Amino acid sequence: MKFPVDRDTRRRWFDFIMSGATLLCVALALLPLGSILFEALVRGAPALTPTFLTQSSLMGGIANAIQGTVVLIGLTALVALPVGILTGIYLSEYGKNRLGGIVRLFVDVMTQTPSIVVGIFAYSFIFELSLLGFFPPPLVFSVISAVIALATIMIPIVARTSEEAMRLVPTSAREAALALGIPRYRAILRVVLPSCASALITGALLGIARVGGETAPLIMTAAWNNDFFNGLNQPIAALPTQVYRFAVSPSLAENRAAWGASLILVLLMLSISIASRAVIRMRAVRR
Amino acid sequence: MHVFQTLRGRTRARLRATPRDLVFEGLSAFTALSVVGLLVLITVILYLAAAESIRTYGFGFLSGSVWDSVSQRFGAAPFIYGMLVTSALALLLGVPVSLGIAIFLSELSPPWLRIPLTFIVELLAAVPSVVYGLWGIFVLGPAMRVYIEPGVQAVLGFLPPFQGHPIGSDVFTAGVILAIMIIPTISAVSREALLAVPDSQREAALSLGATRWETTRLGVLRYARAGIFGAAILGLGRAVGETMAVTMTIGNRAAFFGSLFEPGQTIASQIASRWLDAVPPLELGALIQLGLVLMLVSLFINLFARLMVGRFLRVGEGAE
Repeated sequence: MKFPVDRDTRRRWFDFIMSGATLLCVALALLPLGSILFEALVRGAPALTPTFLTQSSLMGGIANAIQGTVVLIGLTALVALPVGILTGIYLSEYGKNRLGGIVRLFVDVMTQTPSIVVGIFAYSFIFELSLLGFFPPPLVFSVISAVIALATIMIPIVARTSEEAMRLVPTSAREAALALGIPRYRAILRVVLPSCASALITGALLGIARVGGETAPLIMTAAWNNDFFNGLNQPIAALPTQVYRFAVSPSLAENRAAWGASLILVLLMLSISIASRAVIRMRAVRR
Repeated sequence: MHVFQTLRGRTRARLRATPRDLVFEGLSAFTALSVVGLLVLITVILYLAAAESIRTYGFGFLSGSVWDSVSQRFGAAPFIYGMLVTSALALLLGVPVSLGIAIFLSELSPPWLRIPLTFIVELLAAVPSVVYGLWGIFVLGPAMRVYIEPGVQAVLGFLPPFQGHPIGSDVFTAGVILAIMIIPTISAVSREALLAVPDSQREAALSLGATRWETTRLGVLRYARAGIFGAAILGLGRAVGETMAVTMTIGNRAAFFGSLFEPGQTIASQIASRWLDAVPPLELGALIQLGLVLMLVSLFINLFARLMVGRFLRVGEGAE
């Protein structure tokens, strides 16, 4: 067989083209990210007036949404961090057996459960309990309901990240503690946990970044509130739901407000993400 | 792996667990099991809440093609169809790009660029879904309508899925948004799979005179194909459950569509767009039943993906 070009030249060219194609793929992925950040900045920045940032949505601002997001994140973290870290302790320190493997698999799968399903769950959970007489029905749209949903999303994330964090603690640290006669539970609480504190914080921040941007479960549980936080049994505003409401509104002014609110939301989420990944990055360098 | 499990005999007897140890272990085991129990609880609660709808429609719900709250007829078929089409489109567009990124980052990139680029690609996952939706409505949608969809139509317009009048807020746009959103997942997991390929594979190919691309294709991709497959399935798991961005771009029409340039609806977007207006009890129950279907689909996909990825990565580590 005869080639118009010498075979090795052809192979080198093909190598060059394919390498270029992979670089093009990277560029293709960066294009939407760049566009989203650029548009949020250009369209959102003009909306950020003092009124917008300090008034509730009754007065055309998003301060109540910012407050709502902070409240929701705080309450969710309060529930999800202890439960998630305890689960992580089990997986890393006691879970090196069949049962641990099964728990790990299902916790893994839970991190991928669609958030809208979790929203339906929180709503239906409160609803079914209210049928049994535990809650008054209006509680389906409330802070409590929203926190149940967000915590269900956050717990598996925290569990897996804290397990990985604890696994990085060298066995010798545990041995040293036990050799000093310290009981096992104290070795875990006083030696293992503190020595991976920064990685635990990373995991917590990753979880927060995830639930802070969740929208679908909030629409289904927190509904809307034009006012500031007014009780655990009341609906609450949040930045993601506010962005959604402004975005689908027919009013051009509200569309502009959507970009303003999403600029705040993106900045919040990206800074949490960047802060949390600083630790992971240090680990990656070692690899 | 851990000292607690490896101690034997005398040492172990001396380290006998104190009562507090037992309490602590019991507490952590109980918490871990209740997290798994939560998954069971989600399924049970969804089943209970949808009970009336399940009794009324049974399995016919899956094949019903009408969603009409006036005549109280609810079927899931158009949404299952919408979910399948948008996810397939997302994989079709997203997997090659993600694979390219993974190859570049693990095989070709100069070392100094590797970490910052990995980090930046992962930032795509940090952008909230609703912001993708906003961007989809005001930036991507119009661009699709004016430039991309007519362009695609000019080339592929003879095929039925690409006929009709591009509107920008349609199944194609939703598929593109989904593709963008699953890129960080697929590229991160396939990059892990590529990194788990032992260097001896690369050295063997290079020593035979293979170019870098041939090394990647023969020595690396082939070896990591199970992991890459698992990564794609994980991406599929994300795509079927993604809600807000799809709801905001797909056009929200509860019916079958013949062309990608028509509006449609996925399971998730139907739930999200109808939830606050649903007529209880039957329509709400039907939406919850849709949620149950979505939950089972995603559970199945993710279990499968985890088993694929898990098995591959274990093999990869063992071979090192």
